[in-house]
Amino acid sequence: MNALAHTVLLDETVPARSPWSAIVPAGARLDIIDLHGNQAVDCLLYSAADHAERYSAQATITAQRNIFLTTGSVLRTDASTALMTVIADEVGNHDTLAGACSQESNTLRYGHHTRHQHACVENFLAEGMKWGLSKRDLVSNINWFMNVPVEADGTLGIVDGRSAPGKKLTLRAEIDTLVLVSNCPQINNPCNGFDPTPVRMVVAQEVPE
Amino acid sequence: MSTTASTTQARAHARSQAGASHASGPDLPEDLAAADIRFAQRIPPGGYANIVLARGTRIRLTDTHGAACAHLLLLRAESPWERLNVADTVKVPWQAYLSTGHPLLSDQGRILATLVADSSGHHDALCGPGPAARHALRMAGAKHGLEPRDIGPTVALFRGVRVAPDGALTPTGGTGAGACVELLTHLPVTLLVANAAHPLDDTPVTELDVVAWHAPGDLAHTSSGDPEYQRAVENTEQAWHAAHLREAR
Repeated sequence: MNALAHTVLLDETVPARSPWSAIVPAGARLDIIDLHGNQAVDCLLYSAADHAERYSAQATITAQRNIFLTTGSVLRTDASTALMTVIADEVGNHDTLAGACSQESNTLRYGHHTRHQHACVENFLAEGMKWGLSKRDLVSNINWFMNVPVEADGTLGIVDGRSAPGKKLTLRAEIDTLVLVSNCPQINNPCNGFDPTPVRMVVAQEVPE
Repeated sequence: MSTTASTTQARAHARSQAGASHASGPDLPEDLAAADIRFAQRIPPGGYANIVLARGTRIRLTDTHGAACAHLLLLRAESPWERLNVADTVKVPWQAYLSTGHPLLSDQGRILATLVADSSGHHDALCGPGPAARHALRMAGAKHGLEPRDIGPTVALFRGVRVAPDGALTPTGGTGAGACVELLTHLPVTLLVANAAHPLDDTPVTELDVVAWHAPGDLAHTSSGDPEYQRAVENTEQAWHAAHLREAR
């Protein structure tokens, strides 16, 4: 029997409100750990070899005919190429409809006084620049640990989360994937329990013993 | 003997075609002066249109034969890096299903267009384009210097999708021949439209009519009383007036 060991390539804590990014090599796993519970982790994916090949929320939910992401969900590009797969999930469902908070959308949702609060799009832009990404490369993202039900009449909204301290999900990269993250700084809705907290990211490669 | 063997014959042959054809255009609204119409095109299955439209343009899309599927992307004409943000378009109004009064929001907290009339109610902001529509939208965008990465998430008109409590998606089809939707632009936009299959509904697509006319007075009408919509109007008006000299009186 071929037992598998893991070589940890990276183990980092993302401070509250901060961006993060890394390339997860094909075959490697990324654990995202919600250290303190109910912390939305906004996430975009790009093929490391060609950033034009990027995560498509629409292609992903169409292929699985379900809006929620959980174990078994294949995170796809526009052309339906698999970037990553959710291989373990201790929460049950995650959002990919509601997008990222921005200073601009905050003015609509909460009022003009929130204009200069920190927001996920600020994190995506700042972190994306390090990889040559720009505003044009930002699309509908994944919100790990965020709970967004859609009711029968179409009413949708961010409601209290289903995560808890220490809950984890695991992604496997199907191709070399650039993972861009905003540890959500939002303080005007329950996606972070009104208190943004750190999360932990662990990238590990399986190696035969 | 060929009638196109020489340049003279080929030219005559080419020129004779326009006269011999009968273009079946869209039916124009009867209450409109021809001079107000800015765009009128019948888009065949698999076809697309790409149009730059002024602020205050009313766009009527008609499912003439009952199986059109209009995939839309709107970009701000003078700055196409500002474009339709489908996530904000469902999140900000707290509503996943498009119908009358729904704003199509840009990523900058502004309204590119409002859905101001809708006799269908079967639309989809969740699934995006299938392969044919995606290709058509890329072609439409290329004619404005846009690259594939500029083609973000889109919405589809005339094919409904509904979400079950467990998150499952169910296509609900169209509503039959003659359904129409009208959009009102709040900013100058580049409108990309592809008429192609919905990814969860393989019903063969039929023709789509698109007619647009100048209707700046319609911007004075309030389409929604929601506070989020009102603030989106404020943001939009502020940006427009900041960028344009006051018109002479």
